[in-house]
Amino acid sequence: MTLNAKIPEGRLEDKWRNYQTQSRLINPANKKKLHVIVVGSGLSGAGAAATLAELGYDVQCFCYQDSARRAHSVAAQGGINAAKNYQHDGDSVWRMFYDTLKGGDFRSREANTYRLAELSAPLIDHFTQQGVPFAREYGGVLVNRSFGGVQVQRTFYARGQTGQQLLLAAYSQLYKMVRMKKVSLFTRHEMLDLVLVDGKAKGIIARDLVSGALKRFAADAVVLATGGYSRVFRLSTLAIGCNGSAIWKAHKRGAFFAAPSFTQIHPTALPQSSEAQSKLTLMSESLRNDGRIWVPKQTDDPRAANDIPEEERDYYLERRYPSFGNLAPRDIASRAAKERIDAGFGVGRLKNAVYLDFKHAIERFGINTIQDRYGNLFDMYKKITGIDAYREPMQISPAAHFSMGGLWVDYELMTTIPGLYAVGECNFSDHGANRLGANSLLQASVDGYFILPNTINNYLAAALNKEQVSTDHPAFKQVEVEVKQHIDRILAIQGTKTVDHFHRELGKVMWQECAMSRNRAGLERAIAQIKQIRADFWSDVKVTGHSDELNTELEKALRLADFIELGILMCTDALQREESCGAHFREEFQTPDGEAVRVDDLYAYVSAWEYDQGDFKLHKEVLDFEFVQPSVRSYK
Amino acid sequence: MKVTFKIWRQDKPQAKGAFKEYQVDELTEDMSFLEALDHLNERLVLRGEKVIAYEYDCREGICGQCGVFINGRAHGPHPNITTCQLHMRSFKDGDTIVVEPWRANAFPIVKDLIVDRSAFDRIIEQGAYISAKTGTAPEANAILIGKAIADRAMDAAACIGCGACVATCKNSSAALFTAAKINHLNSLPQGKPEAHQRVLDMTAQMEREGFGHCSFTGACEVECPAGISIANIAEMNARQGKAQLLG
Repeated sequence: MTLNAKIPEGRLEDKWRNYQTQSRLINPANKKKLHVIVVGSGLSGAGAAATLAELGYDVQCFCYQDSARRAHSVAAQGGINAAKNYQHDGDSVWRMFYDTLKGGDFRSREANTYRLAELSAPLIDHFTQQGVPFAREYGGVLVNRSFGGVQVQRTFYARGQTGQQLLLAAYSQLYKMVRMKKVSLFTRHEMLDLVLVDGKAKGIIARDLVSGALKRFAADAVVLATGGYSRVFRLSTLAIGCNGSAIWKAHKRGAFFAAPSFTQIHPTALPQSSEAQSKLTLMSESLRNDGRIWVPKQTDDPRAANDIPEEERDYYLERRYPSFGNLAPRDIASRAAKERIDAGFGVGRLKNAVYLDFKHAIERFGINTIQDRYGNLFDMYKKITGIDAYREPMQISPAAHFSMGGLWVDYELMTTIPGLYAVGECNFSDHGANRLGANSLLQASVDGYFILPNTINNYLAAALNKEQVSTDHPAFKQVEVEVKQHIDRILAIQGTKTVDHFHRELGKVMWQECAMSRNRAGLERAIAQIKQIRADFWSDVKVTGHSDELNTELEKALRLADFIELGILMCTDALQREESCGAHFREEFQTPDGEAVRVDDLYAYVSAWEYDQGDFKLHKEVLDFEFVQPSVRSYK
Repeated sequence: MKVTFKIWRQDKPQAKGAFKEYQVDELTEDMSFLEALDHLNERLVLRGEKVIAYEYDCREGICGQCGVFINGRAHGPHPNITTCQLHMRSFKDGDTIVVEPWRANAFPIVKDLIVDRSAFDRIIEQGAYISAKTGTAPEANAILIGKAIADRAMDAAACIGCGACVATCKNSSAALFTAAKINHLNSLPQGKPEAHQRVLDMTAQMEREGFGHCSFTGACEVECPAGISIANIAEMNARQGKAQLLG
């Protein structure tokens, strides 16, 4: 099978318009006859579901939480980028496109990335109209700030709760459509498998998490909006329930998985403090606007941070990357922190952190300004650590964060399964090998609100007036039986170890071998270790309770079973890519001073993996840079 | 560190619940409260018992899913935090910690510590939005909003929908939750066209769901993790009066 990204003809500036002019349309009266399933209710899922319903489609939307408002988009703090050039500082759609492409180390598609930048400005208009209380100047206009990897100010924000405010806007718009009976919302329902009829996505099997019942849902198209899968590392900045199961099940049914190993390690999370820890709390990257990152110049310095004089501090990001300094992109900032920590300069009780210091910013701007900008983040830091960051530096550490990889999608956001779409973080599309800060909320929103509702018609137009598949179709029955057998098999093991035990084991291997720095021997070892974990899980896990009741332990076990398989694919992907690019750093490919060495001649492609009875087959989508010459990414 | 958890167990909505005691050791002070419950659940699994059902998701204080009553207080002994932000260092070795679900008629118990808060969603459904379809928005800077108004809207918009205000209120009133959302949208120029209808519809739904009336004890603002001020309720009442006259 050759991968066709379906990039429209024309100049970059014209592609999206050209696409829209040529795509098939559906008469408003006919749209209500067409059914769409949206799995996930975060920014991309709620945005897509609400917008599709506004257009007239009959929509069914699913989330595993008790309310659509809980989706993890809620936790994004810092902001959302848009090429508005309100700050008069030389920004443009082209510059934003280029920053994003370069930030991703030239491992994403030009056309998709350009469209992301192009649709950013109308998205800010949209959210403002929906009532998002973005930060404002006294005169009433919108404010911007900077984010990593960029030299203009294009980030819009609502204090440190931008994701929450955008999500609540999407959630409210979704409930408006629920009230109008255009969306049926199924909360506490988790998709457990995808149903294909004649090779096309026609529905899902979902488990009602309260009664435990398996239910069938049919539609003309299925949209996955299920977010990132960094909980494969167990300790991550993600919500505990975030999982990769929906996309993994779709992968096993034929959807290709693209660049699975491209995982962003966020530089400013709180360090791990114990084995029992379940989550690493993120401190917004926006803190790097005013905070300076440093470690002591001597190893194992026993002194308190405030007792270390200026000349004995190593502001290593400013030293290594003078033009971007503390605003170097996330992959670079994380790797630089790891380098210092591994070299023995780490701080904190477990020597696994670096300092993020606001002393100079407070001296320069006054405590009130800093409070206004980051007050809630400082409060949060104090609640968790007991430390007052106005008086002494924060301690931060890298943590698994965003999945650049995901289901392979074409320009229309359709996967390799006809009728199956993937939007938001669960697809691979715009970020290449590293995502820029404040581009995540953007991509989720643009996918859900603007792109999918304008591409799905091109597919659904052909479904009109065809016989619709009902849940009585044998394919639904068969998949439901398979899901039930899978659940029964897990419950029957009754071994000696908990689900969390296996998740910790998986997380350790993934963090050790497939996170910030990777090498051949380590990845090969990891694959063998994860296969062992898989064997142990399937022979020794213990899950109590039953399948026909609310059973949180069973939910965790089902998700972990998929994470284990996904972990193997991630290591396999990292192993085949013998270069360093963005967040993917192969130790064999670096300059003498530790910078990444990209190998464009051999690896300027998107890896897209096909599931093949427990094995994975590599396909390559060659990245054709028609408008931009890939350069060596330098932030020095 | 060792504590005794006294936890509400209830298998089904209609079942009769009861407290059950669990001795838990090997806890550390830097564990979060939910991690201590995780730890207990792992022990229960190894003993072949059903795990305790409780809710959480983000574990960083923003999703609003993790509310329980701890020693008679919503989200535990500290004001203005969520349960996931509570750490075991707030308890002493040997303490007995009583854990119950939110108790309110409008929040029926689903299982153990999990309640059904969909009443909140139905209040939202009645008008907590600005009717503007995707694609119909004017240029963002075309409508100016002064910083003071934007900041006040943001203060109200910060609500995380956890339900602590209801759980802690002796009347089980949802006034703080409803007021926060109404004031967020009604204070913005974009929210003005539907302002009166929004107040009337949302407050009517609040009553239909069986939440009690507000008697201004102020208990809600003490527990609210988002620090929503009780002044919002007075503002909502004023808006409601105006809407009834003009709406």
